[in-house]
Amino acid sequence: MIGITYRCRRTTFDAGATHWGDDMLIKRPDDIKASEITDEALYWDRRRFLGAAAAVGAAVAVPGLLGACHRAANGEEMPARQDDELTPYEDVTSYNNFYEFGTGKDDPKRHAHTLRTRPWTVRVEGEVHKPATFDIDDLWQRFPPEERVYRLRCVEAWSMVIPWLGIPLKDVLAAVEPTSHAQYVELTTLHDPEQMPGQRRNVLPWPYVEGLRLDEAMHPLTLLAVGLYGNELPNQNGAPIRLVVPWKYGFKSVKSIVRIRLVRTQPLTTWNVSAPHEYGFYANVNPEVDHPRWSQARERRIGDLFKRPTPMFNGYADQVAQLYAGMDLRRLY
Amino acid sequence: MTQGQWIRRVVKPLVFVSSLVPFGLLLRDALGGGLGANPIEEITHRTGLTAITFLMITLAVTPASRLLRLGGLTRLRRMLGLFAFCYAALHFLTYLADQTVFAGTGLSLAAVTADVAKRPYITVGFTTLLLLIPLAVTSTSGWVKRLGAKRWQALHRLVYVAAAGGVLHFLWLVKADTRLPVAYGVVLVGLLAYRVVAQRIRRRGRAAASPHSLPTTNSAVRG
Repeated sequence: MIGITYRCRRTTFDAGATHWGDDMLIKRPDDIKASEITDEALYWDRRRFLGAAAAVGAAVAVPGLLGACHRAANGEEMPARQDDELTPYEDVTSYNNFYEFGTGKDDPKRHAHTLRTRPWTVRVEGEVHKPATFDIDDLWQRFPPEERVYRLRCVEAWSMVIPWLGIPLKDVLAAVEPTSHAQYVELTTLHDPEQMPGQRRNVLPWPYVEGLRLDEAMHPLTLLAVGLYGNELPNQNGAPIRLVVPWKYGFKSVKSIVRIRLVRTQPLTTWNVSAPHEYGFYANVNPEVDHPRWSQARERRIGDLFKRPTPMFNGYADQVAQLYAGMDLRRLY
Repeated sequence: MTQGQWIRRVVKPLVFVSSLVPFGLLLRDALGGGLGANPIEEITHRTGLTAITFLMITLAVTPASRLLRLGGLTRLRRMLGLFAFCYAALHFLTYLADQTVFAGTGLSLAAVTADVAKRPYITVGFTTLLLLIPLAVTSTSGWVKRLGAKRWQALHRLVYVAAAGGVLHFLWLVKADTRLPVAYGVVLVGLLAYRVVAQRIRRRGRAAASPHSLPTTNSAVRG
């Protein structure tokens, strides 16, 4: 329930963000001075202001969330979720798992400057009628990014709340027209040890590959993120385009994507290949299924001292639980 | 100054202060917000890494004193070992706080015991700490007398098991990047191999020195 209203708030801002994109230049991280980065509190105020007018329109735009948004649009007080405050920009961009730039949490921020995000293309191919290669800037033009505030739950039992700018993956997939054979979507990170020094060591089998079932990929919550906090993605967060699947553990959200392939069979995904007993293909956030080495029942929100319980599907059960009806999630973790 | 005095009066105080540096840095960063986005994880990692590093340094004292012919170095061994124990205890206390005070589930030790029993890398880490406790307790010269040198030494051989446990704990907890724990493993194997080889040489030396063997090899082996 709380999750819904929260997300409603976020859909509310979708319209705001679209409007925002029209008259406001979205800057590249390199161009931003530290003093210019929106403070979290200010950021919310601005969104609230924009959101009030746009709530109804946004609710229509994302039918899956309609019910909840009506309530908010009707003026009902949105429950203050003290515990779902945005994670500070500094933490979101300095505490990252992005092994392409090193295995330490602070490595990506230190080393990701070697990544060249322009020119950048994303090839969408496989079981589709209209394979296409999208230039990243054309992608921004063709699919204006929406703002979505999602919880991100890492498999390591920590979490963040991040305001993404992103394109629903379903919109991009619809544009290439999947064939009737398409069952899964496979997404691949750039493989270039010159730009990604972490790939010079075989910590993981490179390139990083992740995958979703087609219905998961087509879910309205599934996002191709291109920005956060109103700006383009910093390199360490997976620039220029990355996946965000908020009800799955963070490692599913593959970064710096160069290829999206629609396929007939379940793709071999990196962590699943690397340690199959620890990381499954589905990787849905599930407090009842522990990682073999630690409990998943609770998590530490970055910035908190005290841990909190982890909700099923990271709090998005109302939206996604039906995707897994009848599945044994203990076995298909 | 004799070598012993030099080590006692100059080297030992220096090593003592240096050994406090990791703790000092931890305090500085804790107070100055320098522990990053996940401070408890950072404290856990740092204290653990420091503990295992001190274990290795402690185990390196004997070989170093022999190879460098600086017998006085062994006067540093107890202090270094106690630092290893202190950092390991800090490491464990951080884990304990994380599992109880900060877990947000109330102060249940049952959850901790369950965690220790259920997760092999924690079982090994906890056992390692338990092994270090009697060594820390009996580190005084009073305990050497009470136990007798032979028994005391036998007891303190547990440090080898503890060091191996520490490395295994480290190896089992990393997700994919095993470089650092493997490096510690290699160092440990080297330190243990030195002892095996040195002991063989000593035995051979003793055998050579016995009246039935040829006396000529004696001095060569000693060197």
